[in-house]
Amino acid sequence: MNLIAFYIFSFLLISSSLFVITARNPVHSVLFLIFAFFNSAGLFLLQGAEFLALILVIIYVGAVAILFLFVVMMLNIEIKSIKKELLKILPFTLIISSIIFAEIYFATTISLNSLSENIKASYPATEGEADIYSLGKILYTEFFFHFQIAGLILLVAMMGAVILTLRQRENVKKQKISEQVLRSRKDSVKLVKVLTGKGV
Amino acid sequence: MELFTYQEIPTQYFITISAAIFVIGFSGILINRKSIINFLMSLELILLAANINFVTFSAMLQDLVGQVFVMFILTVAAAEVAIGIAILVIYFRQKGNINVEEINIMKG
Repeated sequence: MNLIAFYIFSFLLISSSLFVITARNPVHSVLFLIFAFFNSAGLFLLQGAEFLALILVIIYVGAVAILFLFVVMMLNIEIKSIKKELLKILPFTLIISSIIFAEIYFATTISLNSLSENIKASYPATEGEADIYSLGKILYTEFFFHFQIAGLILLVAMMGAVILTLRQRENVKKQKISEQVLRSRKDSVKLVKVLTGKGV
Repeated sequence: MELFTYQEIPTQYFITISAAIFVIGFSGILINRKSIINFLMSLELILLAANINFVTFSAMLQDLVGQVFVMFILTVAAAEVAIGIAILVIYFRQKGNINVEEINIMKG
């Protein structure tokens, strides 16, 4: 049963990620990317990492892919026709990719047999505990500094994105609080003694 | 927590899937050199392959550190996409297109 689910998820994952890199319209690529993330969340569920599966869907589909979609639609990229350079680079790409795949495959096949027995888990999972519970127990104690640094990375990324894309435009009516506070009575109010019958 | 993969589905299968996703992302970078948005998406696929690897070994060794590191990778991936897309947006605002060939004008 699990094996069947694994085959379905992995087939859909690989085919949708192939569509991500071959689709000509960037919007289709983003939608296939979302589908690939859903399927890998299914793979995570099969391995018992249900919290990570949910967080993958929430972060990637909810934030990153929507950001992609937003930018693709905002920038209005023209759909390119089939390029001639693609045919030139395709054999090279296939050779390099198959070499890398074969290297990873054989290296892991050889080393997995000797690996599995003599490694002791440093933070073992407790039996009968929920995934999120045991993750939280070590994330907020043993990995607390890493956790804070992750928060710092997000802060820096947010500040960077805001600073990069913010632009100061002319002729925009905006409230400047510092100028308002620094005004004194002297530069804004003038007392005039109006004489009768003469006007100001 | 039940990490039951080790008995039912061989670890080797998951690692093969992860290697395949990595290779697809890598060749995506080589194929779509012109479009920087496809480049960023291929980068996401590569990070996803790394995540699958981490979770697989976490399940195989019954060790939680792998899953903790997946969360940090997710953080870094989100930050990287935000910065990359911000750079893309200001480049588009300046030039009106996102051709990667002329992107060396950003050099100071």
